[in-house]
Amino acid sequence: MSVTEQTVHPTADVHPIDHLLRADRLPHILCPGCGIGIVIHSYAQAIAESGMPENDHVCVSGIGCSGRAAGYVNVDSYHTTHGRALPFALGIAVHKPDLNVTVISGDGDLTAIGGNHLIHAARRNANLNVICINNFNYGMTGGQVGPTTPIGARGSTAPRGTTERPFNLPYLAKATGAVFVARWTILHVREFQQAILRSMQKKGFCFIEVLAPCPTSFGRANKIGDGLHEMEIYRERCRIEHGASNFEDLDIDLIDDKKSITVGNFVDIEREAFLS
Amino acid sequence: MPDNTAAKTAQPGAAARVLSGTHFMLGDHACAEGALAAGVDFFAGYPITPSTEIAEHLARRLPDVGGRFVQMEDELGSMAAIIGASAAGARSLTATSGPGFSLMMESIGLAAMMEIPCVVANVQRASPSTGLPTMVGQSDILQARWGSHGDYGVIAYCPESPQECFDLTVRAFNAADQYRVPVFILMDEVVGHMAERVVIPDATDVPFVPRKGPESAPDGDPFYCYAADEDLVPRIAHAGDGYKVHMTGLTHDERGYPALDAETHDQLINRLVDKIRMNAADIEMHDEIDLDDAETVVISLGCTARSARHAVNEARADGISCGFLRLITVWPFPEKRIRELVAKGNVKRFVVPEINLGQLRREVERLTQLPVLRLNHAGGAMPEPEKILELIRI
Ligand code: SF4
Repeated sequence: MSVTEQTVHPTADVHPIDHLLRADRLPHILCPGCGIGIVIHSYAQAIAESGMPENDHVCVSGIGCSGRAAGYVNVDSYHTTHGRALPFALGIAVHKPDLNVTVISGDGDLTAIGGNHLIHAARRNANLNVICINNFNYGMTGGQVGPTTPIGARGSTAPRGTTERPFNLPYLAKATGAVFVARWTILHVREFQQAILRSMQKKGFCFIEVLAPCPTSFGRANKIGDGLHEMEIYRERCRIEHGASNFEDLDIDLIDDKKSITVGNFVDIEREAFLS
Repeated sequence: MPDNTAAKTAQPGAAARVLSGTHFMLGDHACAEGALAAGVDFFAGYPITPSTEIAEHLARRLPDVGGRFVQMEDELGSMAAIIGASAAGARSLTATSGPGFSLMMESIGLAAMMEIPCVVANVQRASPSTGLPTMVGQSDILQARWGSHGDYGVIAYCPESPQECFDLTVRAFNAADQYRVPVFILMDEVVGHMAERVVIPDATDVPFVPRKGPESAPDGDPFYCYAADEDLVPRIAHAGDGYKVHMTGLTHDERGYPALDAETHDQLINRLVDKIRMNAADIEMHDEIDLDDAETVVISLGCTARSARHAVNEARADGISCGFLRLITVWPFPEKRIRELVAKGNVKRFVVPEINLGQLRREVERLTQLPVLRLNHAGGAMPEPEKILELIRI
């Protein structure tokens, strides 16, 4: 007996957010299993859902794998120097306060070389949305440890495991004055998108940390396996706690698999935004 | 299509932007007033002697005329912020001195590569490092040209008086927009902290050169923000204009997309250098006194030019055959004029006084086999006219 009939599902010719990506730049440079693609998708989805004119959205990135995000979104987009995405974006936001300026960059870019700009942009409540992709290492340069690498995790510049205490980014953002602070992972796509949407609707400095696998560098050095395996870690260990009361509990310990990773929307307050 | 001209005149309080009239004014303040007259929309800076008066003056004045003033956390941020604001269409400025200028080099390279216009006033002090913070220097001349890594073209003006601080700041904004380059106002502590007569023209007499915008509407023909015109300068669209531009510090094609190959790189970088080199005749400015028959030619700039002019005039009064070439732009360097002088045959020597250990002299030596006599001071004091005169008499 041969199958003669088959249900044909209607297929869309174009994906509803295709026009928000620079299709002429695809395929992208990201590795298989990398989490950055989902961040770019989530940002584009949030733009589509924002109800704001697409031309009012601007994306600014720094340097690194995450810094390539600006190059794939089809809005006015700027791929700046290492660490300077925030002050560059501040210039745009201050000159044209009606624009919705989102900075997408990596943990090393935003919190190491750009750390000073991060705390001051938060302090002055610059009208910016920040999506900080945290993959615990410098991916593009081959997996060196950075200011978010959990104690004990390995990188090419800490072959025996780092001994430095990592930043607790939500705590840092809250303490320095951000009006919206969240942490999600790329497994929590819907929640993450909604957090981006919330940051687009809010005036002031909004900071979203999103955990994303870097299977090529961090995953390999720490025997996590491929991107899917890191997603499993997120699924097994993440605990949602909106409005977290104790920010010190938000430290991430990747090595001890009994420790949970707290995600959620932690801060959502009002404070006058800077020159907007 | 974005229209820069309309945006300027429509600004609230436009009348107060240009303080037309005759003033007794500090060089630093004249620079700030020049920026205001030129239509500066955005200033970001970090306090540093001897440029702070520029920031303080704009902190008072800029918000009243619809502009924005931001004191940043450092010079790395200041430079990035003015590029960002300019990417959104602002005429933007920062002001600094040597140590801050060093920090800005990173993003100056970005402005050159992204071809985003911006103006940096560097009130030079005695360097290197912290040096003599309150005292004069002219030792950032080569840094202004070569300071950021890689090859690119820049423009640098060297005012010798508060009046020129005003005039050349206006010119700097126009040149930045016309050529899509970072432009420097290389002041020095003496000029910045000197008060003199400054005449500010009527607002309608302040020259204004707009940026070249796209020729088509955002939904019309595709717009390439790095497709150069005949003058080698591409048209620019700003954040929010609707053209969905992409700009990167990576080597890029005409669309602004990364194109990481040797051929694209070679073409792009040559254009960045050539757009200044090919247009040098229009950009380069100098002043001269009696060069046609001079046997000795003194070359100088900034506050040093004031001592040099004095010495040249005294020498001529004594019957010595001596002329004076004062650089108003140090970059592009007046190569053509110096080569002409050398070729004419009457010049026997050049004299180059400067407040550094030979940065200008090196450029002159590059263009001639004739003796180039030097008068150098590492910084902290202006060269005395008598010392320059002694060299002229040799
Ligand atoms: S190196 Fe890591 S962060 Fe970079 S693209 Fe590959 S997986 Fe992603």
